[in-house]
This record gives sequence, C-alpha cells and structure tokens, in this order.
Amino acid sequence: MDIPADLETKINEAISHYPVSKRSAVLPVLHLLQHHFGFVSEEGVTYAAEKLGLEPINVLEVVTFYPGFRQCAPGKYHIRACRTLSCAMSGSYELMDKLCSEAGIDRSTVTHHDPIAVSKDGKYSIEFAECLASCGFGPVCLVNDEFHEKVEPEKAKGLLNQYS
Amino acid sequence: MGDIKYLQGKQPHAREKRLIFRNIDREGWDTSIERYVKEGGYDQAKKALKMEPKAVTDEVKGSGLRGRGGAGFPTGVKWGFIPPKNTKPVYLICNADESEPGTFKDRYILHQDPHQLIEGMIISSFAVGAHLAYIYVREEFPEAAQILEKAIAEAHEKGFLGKDIQGSGFDLEIYVHRGAGAYICGEETGLIESLEGKRPYPRIKPPYFPAALGLYMSPTIVNNVETLCHVKHIIEMGGEEYAKLGTPRNTGTRILCVSGDVQKPGYYEVEVGKLTFGELLNDVCGGLLPGRKLKAVIPGGSSAKVLKADERFKIKKGDEEVEIGVEDIPMDFDTLMACGSMAGSGGVIIMDDSRSMSWVLNNINNFYAHESCGQCTPCREGSLWMKKITDRIEAGGGMPSDVDTLASVAKNIDGRTICAFGEASSWPTSSFVAKFRDELIGATDEANASKPSNKEQAAQQRYLAEEPVA
Repeated sequence: MDIPADLETKINEAISHYPVSKRSAVLPVLHLLQHHFGFVSEEGVTYAAEKLGLEPINVLEVVTFYPGFRQCAPGKYHIRACRTLSCAMSGSYELMDKLCSEAGIDRSTVTHHDPIAVSKDGKYSIEFAECLASCGFGPVCLVNDEFHEKVEPEKAKGLLNQYS
Repeated sequence: MGDIKYLQGKQPHAREKRLIFRNIDREGWDTSIERYVKEGGYDQAKKALKMEPKAVTDEVKGSGLRGRGGAGFPTGVKWGFIPPKNTKPVYLICNADESEPGTFKDRYILHQDPHQLIEGMIISSFAVGAHLAYIYVREEFPEAAQILEKAIAEAHEKGFLGKDIQGSGFDLEIYVHRGAGAYICGEETGLIESLEGKRPYPRIKPPYFPAALGLYMSPTIVNNVETLCHVKHIIEMGGEEYAKLGTPRNTGTRILCVSGDVQKPGYYEVEVGKLTFGELLNDVCGGLLPGRKLKAVIPGGSSAKVLKADERFKIKKGDEEVEIGVEDIPMDFDTLMACGSMAGSGGVIIMDDSRSMSWVLNNINNFYAHESCGQCTPCREGSLWMKKITDRIEAGGGMPSDVDTLASVAKNIDGRTICAFGEASSWPTSSFVAKFRDELIGATDEANASKPSNKEQAAQQRYLAEEPVA
C-alpha cells in the first residue's frame, strides 16, 4: 500500500495523541486512511494493524461496526441525509427521493450492510444517516464535510448544483 | 445580557437566561482565543488553579449541578467517586457525541465557543487530578473537530495547556478524538471502549461508574459538553450563588432544544424548572402551527417516554398532591420524572394532530434498531423485532395483536441489558402503546391476522391446506 509521506506524518502525529495505548489510535488512523483514499480497503486494514501492532481482525471489527467507515468507494460528493424523527417530520424522506432523482441515483439495491448508493457517473453518492443533531432546522444533510440546514425537498437541485 | 448584541433574527427570547449560550450568535464574536480572553476568558481557570482541587469539587457539589447529557446525575458526586487511595492516573473525557434525536445544543458550543469548553475542562481536570483529557466528538461534526483542534493549539500557545499551566505546576494535555457515527458511543463505558480503539460495547456494571475503573482501567470522569461549560460558571459565581439559579435540586440553567411542529423551533437557555412546558411552547416558541392542536410531546430526547396532550399527572408540591396537565409541567428533572418521563438531554420534540403516532413510533424504532450495538440479546433482537412490527403496520400489513406483541417485546428489553440503551429503545414503544393504543390498533387490520406474514408461513399454510398424498 502506497502511503504518501504527508499522510504518514499525520498518522504518526495521531498515534502520538495516545501515549498510554497505541490501540486507541485505530479510529483516527482509519479516519485518515478513509479521508485520503475515500474508503477503508483490505490493505488499509492490514496497514493500520501493522502500524498499531494489532491483528487485522482487531481493525476490521471496528471498520464493520461503525457506520462512519465504508469499505467501498463513494461518489466524489458523498451526501448523508438525516432520516431521524424531527428531520423526517420536516420532509427528509421527500428530500432523499428528490436528491436521488436529481442526481440519477438508484437506491433500490441499498441494504443495511450496504447503505450507500452511487450515481452512474460516480459524481454523487447518498445514504441516510441517523440524527445529525440539528433537529430544529431540518431537513439537514452533510455533503462531504459541509453541513446544510433547512434543505427542504425543493432545494435538492440547488444543493447538488453547489457541488458540480 | 445588557450590552451584548446578537445577530439579526437570532436574539434570545426575553424568558431566556444566557450563561452557556452567552456568546452564541453574537455580533462580532469569533472562535479565536484573543476574542475569548478579551472578555475575561480563562480568568476562571487561573482562579481555579490557585484553589485546592478539593475546594473546586466542593463548589461544584455545592452548586447542585446535574449532568446535562441525559441521566441528570449530580456532577460533583460523580467526581467524588474516584477512589480516595487511587494511585493510577486519572482521565477526563468530554462527551461530545451529541446524538440523542431531538438534541442539538453541544453543536453550538463546539462550533462557536470552543474556548469555553476548554476552560471548563481545565478547571474540571484540575479538580479531579487529570493530566490527560480527550474530547470525544462525533464524526458527523467534522468542522467542530477542526475548530477544537485550532482552539487547543491556541490555548497551548498562550500557556493554558501543556506543562506548568500559568505557573501553577499543573500539567494538562487535551486531544480531540473523533467517533465514527455510532449512537452507543454516547454511553460512557461504550465511549471508553471506543476510545480504547475497540467496538463500543458498553461495559458490565459494576463498577457502576468509570470513576472507579474507566479508560485503560484507570479512574475516568466522563462529562457532557454543556456540563463541563457549567463548571466554569460555577467557579465564576461560586457554587452557592449558582445554586440560586433554577429551582432547588434542579439548579442552574439548561439549554432546551425544541423541534417539531412549532412556529419557532430552536435552542433556548432557561433557568431549570422556571418555565412550564406550556410557556415554552406558547410564549417562547410562538405556539403551534395555525389551526393545529397539540397531540404529543417527547420532553427529553427520543428515548424519553412520550406525553399525551390531554394527560393529567399527580405530583407533589410541598406537602400536598396536586393534579396538573402537560402544559403545567415545569421543565425540570424531578417533575418530568414524577410525570413518568425524563428531562434527559433537553431535546423537546413536539407533535401536533397532523401526525400519525404509528408513523412516529416506526421512525423512532428504526433509529434504535439501527443503533443497538448487538451485545445483549434482548436489545439486539427486540429492537429489530419492534422495528419490523411497526414497519409492517406502516405498510398496511399489521394485525391488532401486533400492538400487544410490541408492548411485550418492549417489556422484555427494559431492565435486561448491560446499558441504558435497553430502556432507551423500549420506552418509546411501551409509552406509545400505553398512551396511543387505540390509534395504533386503528392502524392495523384484523384481516391481516389470517394472512401469511412471510414466505415460510405461506409455504406452511399451503402445505397444511393440501390433502396428504396417499
């Protein structure tokens, strides 16, 4: 696995935050790998395990547990739309439908274990997220690392246009 | 609040008392340390570092501060659980995993006033003797993590973190640790497991508090973001003065997050118990949408039991028992508990008569089925079972007996799990069934009872209906 020098520096810096136990750095190392490569690959798991002196299973069980880690590539812009109560009351399911139809995403293959759907051109991907903690201003969504409030269904196209 | 100017359209309501949210949505405010120090920022940390650690804890105990994360446990008492003869290192963890549906208060502290949290953490770490502290911030707050990291670097530069802080001889390092989207990490022992780099399976109790055995099997104090910020104000005002805010046993201010069917949803910081639900709804939040009637309210995040609009409660007022309605309930810890629900994390979700309760319950059940960590069988199986039943009711395939099945599944989760997630996931179902039974039954159809509910049942019915081959 080809880890660029600047990524390696960041990884070493992250590990230094846990003077008591290197194992604590599993999540931060995985975050850095995912941020760089878009997802956590098998090699990524092995790399993290070697780096932290763990068995690969110790890393893999973390990757498969947390919804925040993915094992396949998302689109260039990954959308996470909140589906929990307050957002659902303000129209998050309609927003999801609108975003999918505008971005050309087919969600029919989505399952619990494979929650991400990607558009054919690979530009957008989408998944439902549980409560993003901005319940008074729903529907809300995250596009990559940017947060958007009050994205009523009719604003779906406008949101996508900000990322093209 | 005097001369502080807030952004247009974001001015606090007259009934608010802004302590923690003093700088939120302020005109000309930013997250830099210069701005923070200009108005007395870090003065309380300097003051606390000159005190005895025990004196700081005593102020917090005297303030009556109760945890703002959900359980409402007295903060000073929690700190006191560190074994007196402890020789291991002590850790402080700030729980910034805010993820209880309906709650959105910590978000603003992290994004707009990070130094207030850091100052609260310095004081708290000093009180409990921690030299290493982590802020466990949920992965869905990527911007907040960056803001915090910048703020920590600034505090380092100015000598408020690191070795020998302000010449006091006290050392402290704070690091940001990002979660990865799991609700269960809000449970303090689950959080600790996650911080140790494992799956966040909550730990078996006892020990009941990580203050005895926590991170790396050392004494660990886990406090919510808002709670740690309150510590700063307790040092500023003195515990006794702080305790005058709010009502006895329910002291201080707290941030109520209102969402759902109201005119002005949002965050409101009020003195605990000084506001009834009716005042919150009608005065502060501008009432319901035109022509609508109140149907139900979830008063403390989605795991709190739902309250029905026409319910009556008998509560103790002094020595006598009085009967009150939903709108008369003061929004404090004790009264909400006496009414069979809880103040929880302060997330108030309001539903009007346009909402179908089976739809609402189904949405909540979907959340808990998704977030159960899977460690304990009753919760792992039960939360998914309840979701499947309400999914079926929503799809028009429910039968009346489903409602009793829901209640029985919920009853069998409650109290039978390692952590409080069992209660969190079963209380919505048990309270919705108890209070909206007729409506839920109305959403089902007797005719569905004779229909097969899955492929296997259909095959079985076909098999039983056929004459045996001779």
